[in-house]
Amino acid sequence: MPMEKKSPIYTILVGGAAGDGAKEAAINFGRLAAKHGYEFFLSVEYPSLIRGGHNYARVSISSKKVFCDSAELDAVVALNDETVEKHRSEIKKGGMIFLDSAEDAGKKGLINIPASAWVKEENLPRLFRASALLGAVCRYYNFDIVELNNIFKEIFGEKAGPNILLAKKGYEFLQSKNVQQVFLPRRKCAGKMVLDGNEAFSEGLVKAGLKNYFGYPMTPSSSILHYLAKKAKEYKLKVVQPENEISVINMALGASYAGSRTAIASTGGGFALMLEAMAFAGVAEIPIVVVDAQRASTSTGVPTRTGQGDLDFVRHLPGEYPRIVLAPGDADEAYLIAGAAMNLAWKFQSPAVVLLDKHLSESVSTVDLQTNKVKIENPKIAGNGAAYRRYAFSPDGVSALAFPGEKGKVVKISSYEHDEDGYICDGVENAKKMCEKRFAKTKGIVVERKKYDSIKIYGDKKAKNAVIFWGSVKGPMLEAMRAVKRPYKAVQIVWLEPFDTDRFLKEIKGVKKLVIAENNFTGQLAKLIREKTGVEIKNKILKYDSLPFDVRELAKKLDKIF
Amino acid sequence: MIDFSTKAKNTWCPGCTNFSILAAFKNALNDLAGEGYSKDNFVMVAGIGCHGKIPDYVDINSFMSLHGRDVASAEGIKAGNPNLTVVSFAGDGDAYAEGMEHLVHAAKRNANITLFVHNNQVFGLTTGQVTPTSPKGYRGRSTPFGSPEEPLNPLAVLLASGATFIARAWALDPDKLKEIMKRAVKHKGFSIVDIIQPCITFSDTRAHFKDKVFYLDQNWPTNDWSKAMQKIRENSDKVPLGVIYEINKPVFEEQL
Ligand SMILES: Cc1ncc(C[n+]2csc(CCOP(=O)(O)OP(=O)(O)O)c2C)c(N)n1
Ligand SMILES: [Mg+2]
Repeated sequence: MPMEKKSPIYTILVGGAAGDGAKEAAINFGRLAAKHGYEFFLSVEYPSLIRGGHNYARVSISSKKVFCDSAELDAVVALNDETVEKHRSEIKKGGMIFLDSAEDAGKKGLINIPASAWVKEENLPRLFRASALLGAVCRYYNFDIVELNNIFKEIFGEKAGPNILLAKKGYEFLQSKNVQQVFLPRRKCAGKMVLDGNEAFSEGLVKAGLKNYFGYPMTPSSSILHYLAKKAKEYKLKVVQPENEISVINMALGASYAGSRTAIASTGGGFALMLEAMAFAGVAEIPIVVVDAQRASTSTGVPTRTGQGDLDFVRHLPGEYPRIVLAPGDADEAYLIAGAAMNLAWKFQSPAVVLLDKHLSESVSTVDLQTNKVKIENPKIAGNGAAYRRYAFSPDGVSALAFPGEKGKVVKISSYEHDEDGYICDGVENAKKMCEKRFAKTKGIVVERKKYDSIKIYGDKKAKNAVIFWGSVKGPMLEAMRAVKRPYKAVQIVWLEPFDTDRFLKEIKGVKKLVIAENNFTGQLAKLIREKTGVEIKNKILKYDSLPFDVRELAKKLDKIF
Repeated sequence: MIDFSTKAKNTWCPGCTNFSILAAFKNALNDLAGEGYSKDNFVMVAGIGCHGKIPDYVDINSFMSLHGRDVASAEGIKAGNPNLTVVSFAGDGDAYAEGMEHLVHAAKRNANITLFVHNNQVFGLTTGQVTPTSPKGYRGRSTPFGSPEEPLNPLAVLLASGATFIARAWALDPDKLKEIMKRAVKHKGFSIVDIIQPCITFSDTRAHFKDKVFYLDQNWPTNDWSKAMQKIRENSDKVPLGVIYEINKPVFEEQL
């Protein structure tokens, strides 16, 4: 592992019962590392319940970009004994456990911290224990406690006092015990922004002109709703939680018709409820960004885990109209893809579907949002003069947009097949021409695709082995690259529809062994590739146990095939 | 008089009572335009059914939505641009069967939209099946031996849901209908007008309703919820028409 020496990865795991604040503590550790110039990637595992259960988050930090957290732990921060029992075997040699316990620290590799006793003394809720342990970990890695306090102040403002107090206790406790520190020097670069995939996606939507967001809660799409609701005033958004997903999409289409850039998100089940209106958007040519943030398994499934089971589904929605289906692989890409989807939707007056998944949506990392790459690109807007025709034929299939409220224009849209003015029309010739008009847009979409990375290549570009993947598999795939014996070319499909067949065939030319890796049972990307290119990929690494790929496990499987 | 006519060929049955609703609406539009409402700012929304073709016959902005989803569409249009005057037309199948949930919630959140329900107690366009407002025993193609279900009282549901304007009208009295429509549009908040309408092809209730409908008297207290509920639920042989309930509450879009 050559990279490892230059930029080692440190991983800590924070675990506890639901309601103990393990995730928040882990994110704050990530933020602390970021303030010292490090990058991090954090994933969360939690059951679908509010109290109890086993929750944990794993943070991997390094001086280089981290694409996925590692399963080899340098430290475990345990808010309960169960965390120690469950993760002891994952701790590296020389690793450390920080446990909330009043017992005297005895064993090597274990530090007991009387956090429970401290919160009791201070008459504080047990949630604050996490800050005490965080203070100790801050000391352990020789991070600056002032930066940790700053983090608390940024989050809690004037109410940060108790967190700061407990962190100090933890920090000084470790100091007093003379524990050998792991010395992580402060790096001379500005602390990066910290976001999860859904937040980065939301930021991209806003940069591309989002005005209205409608959402009905369903993990893992909910945090888009939460984030935008929190930011609504600052960003001048209207954020609404309607009665169900059917209402979500129908309201959204109304807002879009009124001229407002609109997005919606759900998860498999909720997305399924929106299909009738998706076809409506297709035939009536209403711009809208629609997200399917996938969860594991089928139906209600495993709500808080990850999967990629909906690619087939979103490619085969009711009706016929040009499809746009995009899938980012990490938070930075989620930002870009949000912008791309919004601009494509408006330029081509069509739904644009984005596939996310829990591992991407909820994992938190340092990000480098490419803000200069996302802007509001102008759609074709109708001028004044001749009577307005919403569906006027034109060679590129795109009719100029106008919005209700514009003087002298009548804007009529319809879910029925319609004529150029938007009136119901069952004419035989008209049906044919309208269908062809809508599909004429495909050409423009394909030209537009050239501006984007429809397919991304990583690793050894000349390698005889190539791995193909989409979505959040990117993270484990790029990390596995550092661990495998033989190099490979990693091929990420970002544009699933319209698929970039020429580019794909070019990229796999000369490759001896092709492997596909997906988080589903049937190899849905493999099917898509076969459909579009005739290329059949026999080597499939499919994981459908609700967890993202484990880096080491993936590397081992790749070693075996190559 | 503004000419709202369009190029579309009307496809309703000859003698359909929708013609009367259409005439009342055009007249209401004309009046409202005279009173300062901008024609450009009007949006007609419609569901799917015989009623749902009405936007084709009026030369203003329109959004022909899906069956049952017109209310959600209307709320979204209003949220997208609160300066628009959004009026939705639904069938009883649309509003009270397929899309009931949207109605209840639009009333609850007091979205500033207006809904006209063409309540002909039948699925017209799909050839005469039973709807939630069809009487018990109604015989249609899906209930050849008579429907076993009691009809729904939609206005009771809407009053209970928090609607701030509730009216009932009779399709065959276009002058009064026009006045009620205008009041509904002017009402700030969620307004519904349940327009009782015979379907001359599948459920010809002209004779049935003719002597039953009557207008509430001038002094009817429109701000009394209990009285309104009582009136709406009254099990008499008469069908009261007019504005039954109207109050002011903060509207949804202004609080976003
Ligand atoms: C989702 C969906 N289900 C069913 C239909 C078929 N459909 C069209 S109109 C209609 C009923 C119309 O009844 P109503 O709303 O009362 O309108 P009317 O024709 O009586 O004016 C139905 C069931 C449809 N268009 N969409
Ligand atoms: Mg009807």
